Amino acid sequence: MNAKAELSWVPVCELDDLLTNVGVCAKVADKQVAIFKVAEGDSFNLYAIDNHDPFSKANVLSRGIVGDLKGHNVVASPIYKQHFCLDTGKCLEDDIQIPVYKVRENAGKVEVFLD
Amino acid sequence: MSKQKLVVIGNGMVGQKFLEQFASKEQAANFQITTFCEEPRAAYDRVHLSEYFSGKTAEDLSLVPEGFFDASSIDIRLGDKAVAIDRKNKEVKSATGDIISYDKLVLATGSYPFVPPIPGKDRPECLVYRTIEDLEAIKATAAKSRVGVVVGGGLLGLEAAKALKDLGLETHVVEFAPRLMAVQIDEGGGKMLRTKIEELGVQVHTGKNTQEIVDGEETTLRMHFADGSHLDTDLILFSAGIRPQDELARQAELEMGERGGIAVNNFCQTSDEDIFAIGECALWNNRIFGLVAPGYQMSQVAADAISGEFSSEFKGADMSTKLKLMGVDVASIGDAHGMTKGAQSYIYTDEHNQVYKKIVVSEDGKYLLGAVLVGEAEEYGTLLQMMLNNIELPEFPDALILPQRGDSAAPAMGVDKLPDSAQICSCNNVSKGDLCCAVQGGITELGELKSATKAATSCGGCAALVGQVLNAELEKLGIEVKKDLCEHFPYSRQELYHLVRVDGIRSFEELIAKHGKGKGCDICKPTTASILASCWNDHIIEPKLAGLQDTNDYFMANMQKDGTYSVVPRVPGGEITPDGLIAIGQIGKKYNLYTKITGGQRIDLFGAKVNELPLIWKELIDAGFESGHAYGKSMRTVKSCVGSTWCRYGVQDSVGMAILVEQRYRGIRSPHKVKLAVSGCTRECAEAQSKDIGVIATEKGWNLYLCGNGGMKPRHADLFASDLDDVTLIKYIDRFFMFYIKTADRLQRTSVWMDNLEGGLDYLRDVIINDSLGIGEELEAQMNHLVNTYQCEWKATVEDPEKMKRFRHFINSDESDSNVVFVNERGQIRPARDEEKRIDAVTV
Repeated sequence: MNAKAELSWVPVCELDDLLTNVGVCAKVADKQVAIFKVAEGDSFNLYAIDNHDPFSKANVLSRGIVGDLKGHNVVASPIYKQHFCLDTGKCLEDDIQIPVYKVRENAGKVEVFLD
Repeated sequence: MSKQKLVVIGNGMVGQKFLEQFASKEQAANFQITTFCEEPRAAYDRVHLSEYFSGKTAEDLSLVPEGFFDASSIDIRLGDKAVAIDRKNKEVKSATGDIISYDKLVLATGSYPFVPPIPGKDRPECLVYRTIEDLEAIKATAAKSRVGVVVGGGLLGLEAAKALKDLGLETHVVEFAPRLMAVQIDEGGGKMLRTKIEELGVQVHTGKNTQEIVDGEETTLRMHFADGSHLDTDLILFSAGIRPQDELARQAELEMGERGGIAVNNFCQTSDEDIFAIGECALWNNRIFGLVAPGYQMSQVAADAISGEFSSEFKGADMSTKLKLMGVDVASIGDAHGMTKGAQSYIYTDEHNQVYKKIVVSEDGKYLLGAVLVGEAEEYGTLLQMMLNNIELPEFPDALILPQRGDSAAPAMGVDKLPDSAQICSCNNVSKGDLCCAVQGGITELGELKSATKAATSCGGCAALVGQVLNAELEKLGIEVKKDLCEHFPYSRQELYHLVRVDGIRSFEELIAKHGKGKGCDICKPTTASILASCWNDHIIEPKLAGLQDTNDYFMANMQKDGTYSVVPRVPGGEITPDGLIAIGQIGKKYNLYTKITGGQRIDLFGAKVNELPLIWKELIDAGFESGHAYGKSMRTVKSCVGSTWCRYGVQDSVGMAILVEQRYRGIRSPHKVKLAVSGCTRECAEAQSKDIGVIATEKGWNLYLCGNGGMKPRHADLFASDLDDVTLIKYIDRFFMFYIKTADRLQRTSVWMDNLEGGLDYLRDVIINDSLGIGEELEAQMNHLVNTYQCEWKATVEDPEKMKRFRHFINSDESDSNVVFVNERGQIRPARDEEKRIDAVTV
């Protein structure tokens, strides 16, 4: 696949495959993307961040616990417990930022935008 | 400069305290220190001597910090007695014939038990109660006896009676005075104490003057009393008071008291200024102080003087005391008998609950002079401080001892009235000022305060008061101690547990909607998951619960540093068949897992990827294994030694008990991990005393130890109850475990939890053994619910296709994580290091 040519939304799974407030990891091209469906009242928001935990250097962020701290939606690394903002990828405890990706629901499918 | 020579005669509690206090001084470097210890072992805790019969060993009772004598360069002459002092040449002669010279000499020779001059007192079955050797003699004689008599109904006599009772003898106490503990308590208190002690099966004979001891008819001995009556017995234990051990001083012609005791001044100096006397051998102001706390004060004074500082003086000591005699609280404060001129008393007697309380107040009714408490002594700390610090009494002083019912709160003394110099903990000499200082230094919890200041860590009598000082000081500093779990819940874990129970809440959404705010976090979600599991025991990865779990619970395996998991099947009691071992070996080999034996007597299999977990578990379940819950904050393992089945020393089937206990509590979620062990005899090969719940076999049943742990701050478990039968053992563990689950904070081990309970171990005994909160049956019922609803989480998972779906690394691919790389080491896999992964990447 020619990665440069494919600036597009890539479908990764059914929306129904996701449990609310439980992450999954999707393989998108050569990237590992952690996807979260976070409840917002009766509705929900989708978030996608890189699955790589810069502190432990393991691909595990999809397995962290989701929640909010001081108004930011976050995931806590399951290894050393640092929090990453789901909107920005910023770490709350350290001056470090991980990649975030665009994600949407389209006709019952979860799609990640690859650029 | 050559070193000065300091010789200390006697290595009892006070002698040892002196050495420690002196060694901690800078000046100690200028001294060469020698200490005599007549007994074959160095200082041990005589206050808790009777615990030797309920399971403690001589090592447990030792008071000497490990390596102390070497570290302080003290020459200890164990088993060697000082036999003479030559004051002219400043030398001490030892029993072995050595001559040790001194510049300063400290006599800490203590006391010996007084045996009244009764004909027949030297028979081999007539014993005393002071040293470990005495206890060994008592034990040996008791083994051949049916009946035992203690002569002396004082404090020590009743302790000794408990020891005989523990040894299984029909026990009698014979007292010359018309009542028990005549020195410390009054007639009403003595009467109540007698009733309680007789109910515990000890027969009390007061007003008895023993005339002679002769051969018995059915028993070994017979005691004849002055009133013509007699008592048959096999063993007699004399506990009729103590006499100062002052022979050496007498020979050396130091100034002595008329009835013995080495006279000392306020610096604890004898009539020879280079010789000091401390503890029970010393006579200050014509008084002997037969308690350990004044002895410790004297040792400090002497240490200050010998170092050249002369910075403190001994000015007498308060002899108020509080203790538990055979489970009965007894306390005596100040002028217990109302001997002060014009003194008036208030007395409260409750024959139904067997409580007796008296306070003695001054003629003008303004100040407390003394008190007697029997059956209940919670007021001890408050009353003692009121007396010691001359605090003005409330308008109605009787309110201090009347029971509190309904809204009528006890009139608080208000610890703010206490001066900073007020001694709160007399065992460890901790003042109110010391406590306040520690709080100002940032301490906010009772447990921390206790370990930082040592207050309330010996007898525990002042724990309530320490708590009051803590709260008052925090309030003064304007520190609000927040017990909030996190920003989402304004409640502690204990409060949340209660809300979940009372409201019947079964999901996090329900709990946060009702009692919290926001979405939750990685603190409150797993805490709630644990509480829900402890209450209702639903499968932890049900869809509504799955998102609350830490990854370990979610994947039911232990995540390692590279994102792979380890797998631990349960091996109850550490007992495993050869076929079981082979099955684990084959599975480990098939999935190329790193295998290691754990400290909890099972096998850990490392390096499993998420997609492999269900496959591994399917095979383990087929081989007869179930989840070991190594991943949960839950009951982990019950370690055991091989016990009486194989071991020639074992006295009970420790493996059988360990399996029973492990099967009972498997899978139960708790505030933190809980570890157990069962040893088959007192050699303790299963190391049960380092566990939260430790069980050690005795000839008669099981001793239960609670609240120990290993780890960063190791702590020995405390002996909780002795010689329990199987049923009672399980009942106590049920109650203990459930009470811990209900009331502990998040991630609080049992030891810290207990330290933070105001009454500590005694409080736990009251709740668990005496059911003082009336919740015993409820705790057992809740535990039974957990036991009856147990399921193997892995078996339920491999049987459920919906749950199985989640065990994959990618939701959209069957590949595994290419970042997980292993290399070989010592014949097994291990995670590759970063630089090894880079090499790997190049070669690929």
